[in-house]
Amino acid sequence: MCDTCGCGPGSEAVLRRPGNGTGHAHDLHADGMHHHHHHHDHDHRSRDPRERKIGMEQDVLHSNNLLAERNRGYFEARHILALNFLSSPGSGKTSLLEKTIPLLKAIVPVAVIEGDQQTTNDADRIDALGVPVIQVNTGTGCHLDAGMINRAVRELPLQDNSLLCIENVGNLVCPAMFDLGEALKVVIISVTEGDDKPLKYPYMFHEADVCILNKTDLLPHVEFDAARCRENAMRVSHGLEWFEVSVKTGEGLDAWQAWLEKQLGKR
Amino acid sequence: MHEMSVALSIIEAVDEKARLEGAGRISEIELVVGRLAGIDAESLKFCFSAAARDSLAEHAVLAVREREGQGLCTACGSSFPLAFHIAECPVCRSFSVRIVSGDEFFIQSITIEEKE
Repeated sequence: MCDTCGCGPGSEAVLRRPGNGTGHAHDLHADGMHHHHHHHDHDHRSRDPRERKIGMEQDVLHSNNLLAERNRGYFEARHILALNFLSSPGSGKTSLLEKTIPLLKAIVPVAVIEGDQQTTNDADRIDALGVPVIQVNTGTGCHLDAGMINRAVRELPLQDNSLLCIENVGNLVCPAMFDLGEALKVVIISVTEGDDKPLKYPYMFHEADVCILNKTDLLPHVEFDAARCRENAMRVSHGLEWFEVSVKTGEGLDAWQAWLEKQLGKR
Repeated sequence: MHEMSVALSIIEAVDEKARLEGAGRISEIELVVGRLAGIDAESLKFCFSAAARDSLAEHAVLAVREREGQGLCTACGSSFPLAFHIAECPVCRSFSVRIVSGDEFFIQSITIEEKE
């Protein structure tokens, strides 16, 4: 088990349709998990005549990265903008999607992949918006990986020139390491967390392209310095796009929506 | 962070390679881990034996070669060692630092014993 969050290997992930929280679950085994073999020079200088050293120079996350690139190629070829939404549990990823999707679905087709250890609660919330959604239950896993996305997209009626929102498992640690094939990573923090979060979880913020500060309506009630948080985030990731929003009141969402529409226009 | 699922990926990769090479067992795995790779080497070693159970790497020695981070200041072009994702250029004090190495994480080699 992962010493941080108790995650196991990703092989137990289960795909679910909305409203199918505990019942039938079809566990589709990926046929996409190919492994490539690099044959480098063999070193025969070993001690024991039957012992030899074999060069591998293989990235540890090699199979994930290969599959992520396959996903990315698929998205690019079909002009699908894939966004990976990351945050701690409870920062407002699903609520942000609930507010954003109704505004965007008039302009482009939207589909969603929801990642959680258990339940279809989030997929049910997205399903209520009338867009296609697949829930990936990672079981003991603490993050989505490229294989789960590869399987999930086969189950989703994705359209060309569309937006795919991937909501990762709520966790600021492990998902940073796993490329899914997304175009951009969007990290969300809320003002009820600490403004030093970017410094505490630098791997995640270093990987992120966009940072959204949520729950700004609570700023008068909490000790959270939004400017300091932004500065901390910028120190870890220099090119970060920064938005301050309240999903609850709608404040700041117009800038986020305008930015998204601009990205959609770039495909 | 995350070392158990990473250990399992390593075992999967080396076990597959060793079988292709006709190995009876793996005696050593050589890993290169950059200081900025987000991997705690001690924690990885700790869960490695559990991950390796029932694989060709069950009794393998895990040799971890750590690599220092190297940063490049995009403002003045200076190059300097880096221990963290946030760094200030020692020459011009800019924060605009690009990581040029230290985030690598790969399996360098395996040593196998052929079947008797």
